[in-house]
Amino acid sequence: MISDLFSATVIIGILASGIRLATPYLYAAIGETFGQRSGVLNLGVDGIMLMGAFSGFYLVFLTGNLWLGLLAAIIVGGLLGLATAFINVTLQADQGISGIGIFLFGLGMSDLLFQKLINNVETVSGFPPVHIPILSDLPVVGEIFFQQNIMVYGAYLMVPIAYFILNKTTLGLKIQAVGENPEAADSLGVSVSAVRYFTVTLGGVLSGVAGASLSIALLNVFQQNLTNGLGFIAVALVYFGGWRPTWVLFGSLLFSLVNALQVWVQVIGIPIPSDIAVMLPYVMTILVLIISAGRVRAPKALTKAYERSG
Amino acid sequence: MRNRLNQILDVILPPLIAITGALLIGAVMLMLLGANPIQGYLALLEGAFGSTNALADTVVKATPLLLVGLGICIAFRANVINIGGEGQMILGALSATALGMALPTAPGWMMIPAALIVGFIAGGVWGGIAGYLKARFNVNEILTTIMMNAIAVQLMNMLLRGPMIDTLQKGAARIPQTPRLPEIFYLPRLAPTRLHLGALIAVILAFLVYFFLWRTTTGYRIRAVGLNTYASRYAGISVEWNIVLALLLSGAFSGLAGAVQVYGVNHFMITDGTAAGFTGSAGFNGIVAALFGQLHPIGTIPASFFFGALLVGANKLQRVTQVPAALLTALNGLVVVFVVSSEIWRRQRARRRAIQQVEVKEASS
Repeated sequence: MISDLFSATVIIGILASGIRLATPYLYAAIGETFGQRSGVLNLGVDGIMLMGAFSGFYLVFLTGNLWLGLLAAIIVGGLLGLATAFINVTLQADQGISGIGIFLFGLGMSDLLFQKLINNVETVSGFPPVHIPILSDLPVVGEIFFQQNIMVYGAYLMVPIAYFILNKTTLGLKIQAVGENPEAADSLGVSVSAVRYFTVTLGGVLSGVAGASLSIALLNVFQQNLTNGLGFIAVALVYFGGWRPTWVLFGSLLFSLVNALQVWVQVIGIPIPSDIAVMLPYVMTILVLIISAGRVRAPKALTKAYERSG
Repeated sequence: MRNRLNQILDVILPPLIAITGALLIGAVMLMLLGANPIQGYLALLEGAFGSTNALADTVVKATPLLLVGLGICIAFRANVINIGGEGQMILGALSATALGMALPTAPGWMMIPAALIVGFIAGGVWGGIAGYLKARFNVNEILTTIMMNAIAVQLMNMLLRGPMIDTLQKGAARIPQTPRLPEIFYLPRLAPTRLHLGALIAVILAFLVYFFLWRTTTGYRIRAVGLNTYASRYAGISVEWNIVLALLLSGAFSGLAGAVQVYGVNHFMITDGTAAGFTGSAGFNGIVAALFGQLHPIGTIPASFFFGALLVGANKLQRVTQVPAALLTALNGLVVVFVVSSEIWRRQRARRRAIQQVEVKEASS
């Protein structure tokens, strides 16, 4: 029994599904990184993910067209992101609390629409695996990394893109300036609201995509509360990663690999209380937050609404 | 006189506008889903208040919201955000249930208070951990309470599948649930309905929390820390200790809510693997109720009653209009958004009044 757990095929299987399961965390957490870098904490990610997951699923269920589903998730996520920006930037609402409202709205709304429009356990055929030429034929590595579906590749592509935008472009500098010192950015002619509207809407789009990655690429189903708090974890991963995309990637992998391992342990039937395994990443996140608290500094203006004085 | 009126308007208007806005949007949604909104809302009212049993169910549903909400009042007044109500409820329920299972022959008059106190303490410890981490290491309490929720769910699943499982179940596949508690441990019923003593306890506690926050030094310090950290520190108040205390008490009330849910309503624990499966999202909806009650313990009483009514009435609404009860969860979310968004309006009014007063003074001098 135990030796089964360590056979090569099993380990490759765990790693491949670990790589795959990081997808929703990556989209959502990278999106949230943009918002937080500009000083806005969006705690409603989980609700936006649920809406993205449902709208993507529904369109695919109706039309069978996966790209249309993805587009629906992008639009719905973007609209909810825009609404979040309006609430937090224009109306200057308390970000920690307004996020709970957005979460509850998404939770209820996606459930309502699901019950009204589908109300059945339905599955769709999601994005198929795409074998990358040559690379996918490599032993072990090929199977783990290069036989995934396109939304998985997209999620990993987000990391260098986000890194590049945040650190190597004028836009990235503006985002950071607005998150660190909005007064100074404003006095240099950077529109604090415009930057924040952009980052929060982008975060919404990516949350929608994160949800769709669950419903039309990984699990290919929709049900009430499909995300089960995954969006909240994504918010925590941004802190975990110290607001840096590369470290957000490591955090996402930690969660997804443990989850993959736990599923395999259950499948194989080893009597380890899987609940303890599932608990570990959360405990580790708390530990990382404790360790990094003194060292990594949050964007100075995080959660602080900006109002021009005078 | 005008000032007094303005103050009252400031307190009453935002929640009223919030709920009116949410219900109007709800009406539009009902119409879009092909239902008659007036018929829908009438069904909701009837479902919540239409009979003695309905009214009792509303109060029963409001009880955990009020208890969680009281904790939220304390935490938010200290300017710490506790979104760990779900996990704290679970911890309170698990500990109280474990106590009842361990001492099944104890007399009821001893077990009931003991179980509620144990639930209170367990929730307090769970919230207090987040408070300690914030005070000692400056770790964001929003994140730790989220993580502690997830950990609590796994703890519940593990205990209900393992040590706390009902061993007398027949069949090979055993359901992760505890045995039923002895009947003498049930919270006494207040009428021949489902209404139980927990509701009364919650209301009494609301007055105690009010007294605590506004009439004791400790409560004053907690509020002072929330209003102005720097000034509090300058005045010699230990900001760290008060943050720990606020989250500890906040968690304790949620823990009590969990214990009351088991001893007053369910009488055993079962898990479907999620937090909401046990809490019914009361850990989140308690936040809605507290915000709606203007973070005031007494205001949270009618607010909880109101949201309890919405939750109970939603089922009737679903039966009559075929619109899923999940509509109310979505509307609750909108209420939160509207209440926090209307703060800006209140701030602007306050500023305008301040300017007017200065102008009046300048004109008269």
